[in-house]
Amino acid sequence: MSLLSMLFGSKPKTANLAKERLQLIIAREHGPRDGSPDFLPDLQRDLIAVISKYVNVNPDDIKVNLERQDNYEVLEVNIVLPEKEH
Amino acid sequence: MTRTIVVTSGKGGVGKTTTSAAFASGLALRGFKTAVIDFDVGLRNLDLIMGCERRVVYDLINVVNGEAKLSQALIKDKHCENLFILPASQTRDKDALTEEGVKSVLKELEHMGFDYVVCDSPAGIERGAVMALTFADEAIIVTNPEVSSVRDSDRILGILQSKSQRAKDGMDAVKEHLLITRYSAKRVEDGEMLSYKDVQELLRVELIGVIPESEAVLHASNQGSPAVHLKGTDVSEAYLDVVARFLGEERPMRYTTYEKPGLMKRLFGGK
Repeated sequence: MSLLSMLFGSKPKTANLAKERLQLIIAREHGPRDGSPDFLPDLQRDLIAVISKYVNVNPDDIKVNLERQDNYEVLEVNIVLPEKEH
Repeated sequence: MTRTIVVTSGKGGVGKTTTSAAFASGLALRGFKTAVIDFDVGLRNLDLIMGCERRVVYDLINVVNGEAKLSQALIKDKHCENLFILPASQTRDKDALTEEGVKSVLKELEHMGFDYVVCDSPAGIERGAVMALTFADEAIIVTNPEVSSVRDSDRILGILQSKSQRAKDGMDAVKEHLLITRYSAKRVEDGEMLSYKDVQELLRVELIGVIPESEAVLHASNQGSPAVHLKGTDVSEAYLDVVARFLGEERPMRYTTYEKPGLMKRLFGGK
């Protein structure tokens, strides 16, 4: 702790960080709870199959993630295409 | 009809036994015939918190195994006429608890005319904890505003929704209540602690109360007297509010906002 922060008694505000971390970990660990089907692994496999038809991608370069925030869900699909060879 | 309530959390040391003792005592003070059962086989402590440790003769496992009658094992509380404690065994193994055994004990309590049975769950997600929640109609999830406790509560909610008898039979789900304990309104105000709203938003369970962090809890356990009996303390009042809300009464949340101490208080101390 620096001298200034000791003098003015400012403490780190870490509660928000705790909340963000918990939101992520709880969403990840939930899986089929809340009634939504756990289709992510299947979706990921199908996406790899479809995209591989057209582009040569590495299976690790396709990431599928479902996040829940309050009342809505965000389905995030992240595909890294291979760099073009010249 | 007897209602069975499990007090559970996943994580240890968050206040399950303190809550079981205070909540069961609160129900008994309202005139309901109540039993509180310690499911922590091998590490019993409810007897100490209730102050009846010297009167334990038989325990839950003795009853399950038919070595004692339920009426012999139930200990009458020293404060409340209509409150009884069923201690856990200190020497046996957790595997001594069987589903049929627990079921028959609960059935017999129903025959004896109990209004409420409070099941004090052990920490963890193993046999003892699962047995405590299996036959629950309602659950009080005790959570501290701290990351590991919130995560473990989320985990135990999942187990409640898959392993309870109600879930297995496809009946109405176990009614879940969130109880936040060891809450410091000041630390929340300072941004150092998750607020009760944060925890509630993360776990998405109806909030039944917030128990402030308080010196009174240690005084209560030192004396073997459940916290509700320490009249006038914040913890006692907060638990009485929890019981009232459980019984369907509306009570405003208390001890959730921080008031800066005035100049006089800062100069001369006092509470």
